[in-house]
Amino acid sequence: MTIGRFLAIIIAATTVALIAVATLWPPQSANAMAGSGVNLLRVSSTPQAAVDNLAEAIGGRAWDKAYSSLANKNEFTELQFVRDLTGTYPSLRTYATLDSYDLRPLHATDDEAQIQLKLRWSSVVGTFLDTRDLRIVRSGNRWEVAWPIVKEPRVPPQVVPVDYLRWDVIYRGTEDDWGSQDVESPHVRIVDMHPVDRSGGVVIMGELLNEDVVPAFVTVKATLLAKDGSAIATEDSFDKISHVLLPKQVTPFLIAFHDIALSEVDSVHMDPSAILIAASADPVIGIEDQHLNPAPGASLTGKLLNQSGQVVNVAHVLGTFYDKSGQLVWVADQYVDRALLPETPVSFSISLPADIAAKVSSERAITATYSSSRLQ
Amino acid sequence: MRIRLTCLMAWIGLVLMPLALAQSSGVHLPKSVEAGNAFSIQTTGNGNAVLYIVGPGQVLRRNVQLGEATFFGPGEIHNAGHYLVVLVGASAPENGAFDVTAAHQAATLSFLAKPSRLPIDLHDGISGVVYLFDAFHNLVLSPAQVSFQLSTGPGALQTRTALAHFGVAWTKMDSATKEGSAQFVARIGDVTSTRVIQQVPGNPCHLVMTARLSGQRLAVETQPVRDCSGNSLPDGTIVTFTETYNGGESTVDVPLKHGIARTDMPAYSGAKLSVATGVFVGNEIRWGKE
Repeated sequence: MTIGRFLAIIIAATTVALIAVATLWPPQSANAMAGSGVNLLRVSSTPQAAVDNLAEAIGGRAWDKAYSSLANKNEFTELQFVRDLTGTYPSLRTYATLDSYDLRPLHATDDEAQIQLKLRWSSVVGTFLDTRDLRIVRSGNRWEVAWPIVKEPRVPPQVVPVDYLRWDVIYRGTEDDWGSQDVESPHVRIVDMHPVDRSGGVVIMGELLNEDVVPAFVTVKATLLAKDGSAIATEDSFDKISHVLLPKQVTPFLIAFHDIALSEVDSVHMDPSAILIAASADPVIGIEDQHLNPAPGASLTGKLLNQSGQVVNVAHVLGTFYDKSGQLVWVADQYVDRALLPETPVSFSISLPADIAAKVSSERAITATYSSSRLQ
Repeated sequence: MRIRLTCLMAWIGLVLMPLALAQSSGVHLPKSVEAGNAFSIQTTGNGNAVLYIVGPGQVLRRNVQLGEATFFGPGEIHNAGHYLVVLVGASAPENGAFDVTAAHQAATLSFLAKPSRLPIDLHDGISGVVYLFDAFHNLVLSPAQVSFQLSTGPGALQTRTALAHFGVAWTKMDSATKEGSAQFVARIGDVTSTRVIQQVPGNPCHLVMTARLSGQRLAVETQPVRDCSGNSLPDGTIVTFTETYNGGESTVDVPLKHGIARTDMPAYSGAKLSVATGVFVGNEIRWGKE
């Protein structure tokens, strides 16, 4: 037998053994993600095991199992429990899957315990955290979780009169003469731009103004140029920008270049682009109770208040942070995982790096919104 | 060696004999023809031949009787450019060439007016470029006077004239101080082309807000927002209201509707309210007492 054949047999045998081990004794997080954990639940003989079982049932979307394991079922219905986790109206929660979870025991006695459960949900725009402080009570020889239900407020049936304002665009046709006019693209301008060296890369932050009287779909692209004029790298702002800018609206943007030192860069070529699009001036979102919270855990917190009658399914909050001299020092963002109902405040929290937080003196927040009804 | 040389001379003679005969036929071509005009080509010689005319985007084939003129009617050759003529008969082909030029009079104008939308009161902000074409879309190269007119309303008229060189004439105009649509007309003779230029308000110059208590909240609204020429900013323009209080802040981006922006904000005693649109900042209000 040759050495190669011997190695092939060894590798094949090891692979089969590993598959068998993983199938027979899967990790808990894999159970949660695969949704198969329901059949592998342990007996809730300890508070931690009860929470583990609940988290795995939630991860597997086994709502019946999760709800039936709760100690306070009499306080809410299964539908309310499901809506607490997935949202009543379509939102990021509705389509998110449980990526992982963490437990942190807070307090325990013989009959009662408190555990903090951090559910890390995965969505199309990244992960978001849902933290619940759970009370676990003993019931005979087993433990049950009392779920801290968050009932989504219901908006009473009503008619909200809206002075609706939107722009529609008619572009030139293919049969028009080549000299015929087309609609003019919106005029946008970068009003602020700062490149900084950060985390082994270059970050370019700035603000973009739509100085026109029509809505624009905007993007900002940056090219780093070396001393000899050659392009080092090109990136765009992706979702660190509000892409739809209404007339005279300003958005921050952030473009990150990884593994490039600012010392290598001689100049930066900025390329803002704007396309005229059909857009609506509604909904109007108020950003209230904004507070800059210092380190540790530096953040910008506040509440979004939907002042229109339309449900907003996804809200994206962008924060622009300035130092004492008014210079832009950071741009950060957060997607809100719950739908914004009319006149119903929803909290948000944008994390800030500790070193940046120490410099921040003021901030400006804006929201970009997406409503499924607008897409119909 | 001598025999070989004799054979070579005989072969050259046989080859050249048809060429010598071919000199008996030929074509007489016009030096140039105006696009779309009728013209004729005179041939010489005897017998039948085929006349090919090859030009830009066009090929014609005619059976001709040598020694007679071949007529081409109006519009048969309409693309300006250099044309190659080949007469193929019993003898060797005859080649020739002539030019087709555009008509002297423009029949259509291609008018490029840029931009189609611009702020008011911009010097040389509007450019107009005209390309002159004849009825067959050939660029008219002969010089011609083109007049441009920009009218923004009764009594508001700007006029310029420009000489077209090689088929192109251009000018620049100022945008008016009053918002609205302007008719931008290019004219040569009886031929005109019209474009519409939308003149929109400039940057805001007058932004004032007021605040009043409305229940538990503050109702804030702007006066009509205008530019420095007194034009109202269009609906949809975003106005940002900001309220700062006790280390906290609330902001709302509100679109102008019917010329004004209004919204509700939390009511905090001692709060400072400010208003801005784009990079223009309006007035500030201190609400209640510290």
